[in-house]
Amino acid sequence: MGLKSSLHQLKEKYKGTKMAPAFNALHTFLYMPNETTKHGTHIKAADDLKRTMNIVIMALVPCLIFGMFNAGFQHYAALGTPVDFLSWDAFWIGIIKVLPLVAVSYGVGLAIEFLFAIIKGHEVEEGYLVTGMLVPLIVPVDLPLWMLAVAVSFGVVIGKEVFGGTGMNILNPALTIRAFLFFAYPTWMSGDKVWVHGAVERAGTADAISGETILGSYAQNADISYSLSDMFFGFIPGSVGETSKLLIIFGALFLIFTKIGSWRIILSTIVGALVMGLIFNGVVDAGWITGTSKFYGLMSVPFWQHLLIGSILFGAVYMATDPVTAAQTNKGKIIYGFFIGFISILIRVFNPAYPEGVFLAILLMNVFAPTIDHYVVQGNVKKRMKRMQTKTV
Amino acid sequence: MSTDISIKKGLDIKLKGAAKPTVEAAINSKYFAVKPSDFHGVIPKLILKEGQAVKAGQPIFFDKSNEDVKFVSPVSGKIIEIARGEKRKILSIKIEADSTQEYMDHGVLNVDTASQEEIKSKLLASGCWAFIKQRPYDIIAGVNSEPKSIFISAHATAPLAASCDVVLKGQEEVIQIALTALSKLTKGNVHVGVPNSEGSVFSGMKNIVTHRVKGPHPSGNVGTLINKIDPVNKGEVVWTLSPQDLVIIGKLLKTGQFDATRVIAFCGSSVSEPRYMTTKIGAELATILYDKGIEQSAHVRIIMGNVLTGKKSAPDGFIDFYNNSLTVIPEGDDYELFGWNKPVFNKISSTRALTFSWMFPNKEYDLNTNTNGEHRAFVVTGNYEEVFPLDIYPMQLLKSCMYKDLDEMETLGMYEVAPEDFALTEFICVSKQPHQEIIREGLDLMIKEIG
Repeated sequence: MGLKSSLHQLKEKYKGTKMAPAFNALHTFLYMPNETTKHGTHIKAADDLKRTMNIVIMALVPCLIFGMFNAGFQHYAALGTPVDFLSWDAFWIGIIKVLPLVAVSYGVGLAIEFLFAIIKGHEVEEGYLVTGMLVPLIVPVDLPLWMLAVAVSFGVVIGKEVFGGTGMNILNPALTIRAFLFFAYPTWMSGDKVWVHGAVERAGTADAISGETILGSYAQNADISYSLSDMFFGFIPGSVGETSKLLIIFGALFLIFTKIGSWRIILSTIVGALVMGLIFNGVVDAGWITGTSKFYGLMSVPFWQHLLIGSILFGAVYMATDPVTAAQTNKGKIIYGFFIGFISILIRVFNPAYPEGVFLAILLMNVFAPTIDHYVVQGNVKKRMKRMQTKTV
Repeated sequence: MSTDISIKKGLDIKLKGAAKPTVEAAINSKYFAVKPSDFHGVIPKLILKEGQAVKAGQPIFFDKSNEDVKFVSPVSGKIIEIARGEKRKILSIKIEADSTQEYMDHGVLNVDTASQEEIKSKLLASGCWAFIKQRPYDIIAGVNSEPKSIFISAHATAPLAASCDVVLKGQEEVIQIALTALSKLTKGNVHVGVPNSEGSVFSGMKNIVTHRVKGPHPSGNVGTLINKIDPVNKGEVVWTLSPQDLVIIGKLLKTGQFDATRVIAFCGSSVSEPRYMTTKIGAELATILYDKGIEQSAHVRIIMGNVLTGKKSAPDGFIDFYNNSLTVIPEGDDYELFGWNKPVFNKISSTRALTFSWMFPNKEYDLNTNTNGEHRAFVVTGNYEEVFPLDIYPMQLLKSCMYKDLDEMETLGMYEVAPEDFALTEFICVSKQPHQEIIREGLDLMIKEIG
């Protein structure tokens, strides 16, 4: 008896029991189900939610692998014993520091998803597959695993399940998790000691190493020790998966080509960021802000370089495009994206605690997305009303 | 007068098993049935009883809420069974056909001189009224409704749909009679959507306005035609008809006989010789299916209608009142190893998510009934809009139906749509939501609450 028929018999056995959703989740991971159309169209297109989510994960994998190498590369560079980027030494740090983040994120998150599916008696939905991958990529490499576990529990339960699960949430779950970490454990989420492995434990000792990010340096009006090409290719400290702009651009192109990611959101977010950057450049050029201002450093960054520093690109490509929490109308997406970019740079420049503003901007716009959609849809409604009135006249 | 309509949003679903444009007569069926379920929202009140003889075109039942709307027998014979289900609901009225057919005489009418009332009462008494549907609600037209215009789409773009050129060939005379009659029932125009090609059956016809329609499916849906020409506003009514039914209406007016003969497309990848056939409304499918069609033991889905909007049927099912295609495709109740992540070449997709149908726009596919994934909440956005040409927000309208907000349904355009308009969005839906069912339930709710 083959695997297929054994699993089919098990499925029949579990049918109707509490454990059915858990079993089905594992079963459908291996085999696409034998379900047929009941009413409505007799044929269906090839795409399902698993396929959609899988495409996003595929777009994230290069960022993860790069992040694993970069974790070690930055660690040894800060120690003063640099190693080659593509070396086993660098990758080993990735394996012992980054993979556990991935494992904890998926382990805790999926366990909660399974639990809720069993309690509520619905199938396990795929939303967390992407969230679970995003979370390790947007946290500092040295984040203690228990903090991650607590944050993931919070994010999945409060950010998603209380609203009814995948498709119903208002806030992006991955960003809810990051926001929780940021406000609950700020010393582990921002500052100049968290972005490089080993920096926190050595802080204050003779072996102290610096792990300043570029944003941090700018905010302190300090000089930047990284070249533009380092920033573009990603050989800089930062959250695990956000540093390589090149790979993020590849990911964006892949998502846009496969029609999974919304080009409207990605493009308008970038435009929004550039516009805000230009405004700040203008302010500096006009002489309203001088070198003595604490905002001078970030305001005087050439507007296009804002895309190379921090996580604005990562946020635009992978976070803002979450279809559930973004605006849902095509026009709304453009407005939504523009404001994300615009507000991101605004927060980046004005927030004195120099954290990255992207996640706050996206969360803020998540909240406003339904409002944007409302006004876009009202445009259609008004058109319909007007058509009726001209008829009556 | 003519306006061209060109739509870009949509998706042509090309399937294997298109009917060859040769029409042959199907084997005569011995058993026929009239199914009240064909007529949405009609509560049947029987006129005849089991065992009584019936002539072709003789009323069998009428609509309880509207006694003028009669439903007639497609053949002459004897009523052998009235099948009932739960709460004595009438499922079907089965008729054993006579070998020689007798027609009930409804009287000839000269449409050029006849008044609106005469035409109306003729259509009602002869059972032809049921061919006329109305929007809003996609139900049989209200007897007292005054349509602002009448729409007919003679452009078949649904997958494997019967071509109007084949189905209507040689029927120009009776079609013109029917169109003239219809034109007297509306203050507005009778709009006919025709494909891009010249020399269609409708070119040169009087009393109509033809529109050349271009673009992918659903450019041939009558709903698309309405939306682009004269959308339905609150309080307005338009009527719609299928072109093939004009033949029956025209014959009735010309000869006084209800001739249920209809050309259907027998198609689908499971059919060994897909072709067009002449048969009658209500004919038992078993007589058609096995003649150069499918194997007795074949594991297939028999669909009365096309693969997007048709009804699931069976060998003991019958040709239904509205559809003119009989499609048979393989059932898909099998598992597929890693079906959710491996590259897909043999299925249609509107994305490029390791699906490659975008590379082969002219390839014909052999699709089965597998859902290709499980039912989920709405997640993906923006993809419905790519295949939905109406000036309506599809997902927002669907959601308003799901949470039953009548005001929102009204303002978002519910009066303009029929379930079939949401067939393509349902086909591509990543979350495998039953769009057509959601819309149908929404429309039924509106009938109940608003009327």
